[in-house]
Amino acid sequence: MLETFEVLKDAFPYLLEGAGVTALAVVGAMAFGFVIGIHIAVFQVYGPWWLRRVVGLYVWFFRGVPILVLLFLFYFGLFSLIGINLSALTSVILVLGMTSGAYQSQIYRGAIQSLSYGQLKAARALGMSDTRAILSIILPQALRLSIPGFSNEYSIILKDSALAFVLGTTEIMARTHFVASRTYQHLPLYLLAALLYFMLTWMGVKVLRKLEEKVRIPGYSHLQG
Amino acid sequence: MINPEPRPVLQVKNISKKLGGKQILQGVSFELFKGELKVLIGPSGGGKSTLLQCINFLIPPDEGKISLKGQEIHIHRKRDLYAYRQKVGMIFQDFNLFDHLNAVDNVSIALRKVKKMTRSAARERAMVELERVGIGDKAELYPAQLSGGQKQRVSIARALAMDPEVMLLDEPTSALDPELIGEVLTVIRNLAQDGMTMIMATHQIGFIRALADEILFMQEGRIIEQGSPFDLLMPGRNSRTQAFCSKLQELSEEPEV
Repeated sequence: MLETFEVLKDAFPYLLEGAGVTALAVVGAMAFGFVIGIHIAVFQVYGPWWLRRVVGLYVWFFRGVPILVLLFLFYFGLFSLIGINLSALTSVILVLGMTSGAYQSQIYRGAIQSLSYGQLKAARALGMSDTRAILSIILPQALRLSIPGFSNEYSIILKDSALAFVLGTTEIMARTHFVASRTYQHLPLYLLAALLYFMLTWMGVKVLRKLEEKVRIPGYSHLQG
Repeated sequence: MINPEPRPVLQVKNISKKLGGKQILQGVSFELFKGELKVLIGPSGGGKSTLLQCINFLIPPDEGKISLKGQEIHIHRKRDLYAYRQKVGMIFQDFNLFDHLNAVDNVSIALRKVKKMTRSAARERAMVELERVGIGDKAELYPAQLSGGQKQRVSIARALAMDPEVMLLDEPTSALDPELIGEVLTVIRNLAQDGMTMIMATHQIGFIRALADEILFMQEGRIIEQGSPFDLLMPGRNSRTQAFCSKLQELSEEPEV
């Protein structure tokens, strides 16, 4: 019992650092996925047919292949094939980001399509270009509507980030595995790892919930009239 | 020699449009002179809304020419098209306010993003327009917090802020509760009296009688009758317009304007 406590005490700062790496990977991946996702969504709704086709293939590919396969494919295959040497962490951010971008795009696409076409017409009638109307009128509303879906996506990507372990990234899972294989305190250490993942999920979801309330459009609540 | 004919502000020539295999507009032409109010009436599906949206190219016409002050507009010259649309205000049946912006930002956003005015100048102008339509006190409210009549007045203020040469009004009161129609018609009447050039689809017969310079009766994509309210609406004229309007009046008693 005392030994367990000692191991946990020693491991805690080490794992907490891992939580920092996990957080960095997830925030990076979500941000990268955001940029990709927004573009795909806009292209899928407003783009010419060939662009819709191209981004459709992208979404189809990244939703159709397991993340583990993608990590190996890009880290050991594609990145070295085209001669760029990326760290494991950067590779994880890119691969998770590209995957998340495919999923996020469908959140934004749904939100954009839920808006009335009339608002786009009104923006055009005022002399706005389509790009201007999308930036000033469509996306500010679509993004608000996307926060619940984004929050969902965050909690999924956070847990998928544990797969980065296989590339040797020093995030929560890899560090826990490392300590556990030396101390044989598997149960308490993996419980601690689980707790760290849980806390990160909880904090992120909480922050997004706060953001959702902060940017809520007055008069649009389902709670009051 | 001085040209005896004044030049129309807006000239619409031979507009045709096919949508979904159906011919919606078949060679519609008319002209709007400065300060004129023309009214489009006719059965639904007759092409009124499509015509209005063709005028500012929200629906690109298949054929025909549209000119503003003698300048023909080409849809493929984007810069000219955007400049033209700024000069042609549009009012929609269902308001189409920007739901994420309060009343004053609904009016000021195009001033800032299209006319590149500063935030404070745009806001100041927006307030002037909101006062003009009688809802200066609602400036900070969001669309979801406004009544239908107030929303439509915000949308009128939004169009006016761009200093339009012409306004297109697509059944501006037909989505409103009867008791809210009057406040919107009052605003439009004031615009007409201030000399705004307008074409408006509406079925408010009292309003048409009092203010329209000309009625264009549309059916099956054509203007089949046109003339002054006096010519078309006097009892015993036996016009298609007269028959249509008396049917409308049977169906509803409209509020006084």
